[in-house]
Amino acid sequence: MSASAVIFYILSFFILATGLLAVTSRKIFRSAIWLLFSLTGIAGLYFWLQMEFIAAVQVVVYVGGIVVLIIFSIFLTQQSGRDLPAPVRSRAIFSVLAVCTGFVLTCVLLRGYAFGRTGRTDGGQTFAGPVASGVPAVDASVGTIGAQMLSTSEHGYVLPFEVISILLLAAMIGCIVIAMKIKPDEK
Amino acid sequence: MSQVPLSHILVVSTALFFIGMYGLFTRRNMITMLMSVELILNSVNINFVAFNKYLYPDKLEGVFFTLFIIAIAAAEAAVAIAIIINLYRNFHSIDVEDAGKMKF
Repeated sequence: MSASAVIFYILSFFILATGLLAVTSRKIFRSAIWLLFSLTGIAGLYFWLQMEFIAAVQVVVYVGGIVVLIIFSIFLTQQSGRDLPAPVRSRAIFSVLAVCTGFVLTCVLLRGYAFGRTGRTDGGQTFAGPVASGVPAVDASVGTIGAQMLSTSEHGYVLPFEVISILLLAAMIGCIVIAMKIKPDEK
Repeated sequence: MSQVPLSHILVVSTALFFIGMYGLFTRRNMITMLMSVELILNSVNINFVAFNKYLYPDKLEGVFFTLFIIAIAAAEAAVAIAIIINLYRNFHSIDVEDAGKMKF
């Protein structure tokens, strides 16, 4: 087993262990911190996959933005020292059963499916793995991603980019309207 | 990277998805449910990046889908937290069982 594979298994163990702690911890603040570790581990997984830009976005948006927002809202709405109530026993048992069934089912499906190994044909196009395809790998640098995201040609993503900016604007205005305090004399 | 088969990455992301699902089933606090949703979205992102890297290394589609999912997740978290804070102001609790009324 090479060093790269060892790094992958350590990273995935870290992600899964901290993720499990994040959904089972009884203290809500600790739960948020475990989520922070899990998201950082996922950023490490993107680095391992040589997607540096996605890893940077993951760190900036998730670790620096969403988790901080969650921690702020914990401080605004909870006594963070108090334990959360334990889940109802029957609900916990059935959730574990459902989750294990789903996981095993998905793993069986994954085992049975040959991802690009067989050179399966689909609509006249040959699907092949990265080694067999012979196409040079595109360089996933910020320059390439930015040029394709703002290009108006056939494989450009300028329309989704604009749609997402409208969505972000709508979300921003919506947040302000929802969280705005109505003064008692105006009610 | 090439020593690890694609299916191992997919098993990891599946496990992360079902961990998030477990949290969504058992937790009754809105902020912890939001955390579970973030875990689920992240497992999907891992899938997109892994498929892009392993099966279509000559394209960048998976990267774009991941970026858009991250942007939508950020917007979703912001709106959800605004709703949670507004709910806390009215009910003094963010447990989903306590929020039985839509209009008050």
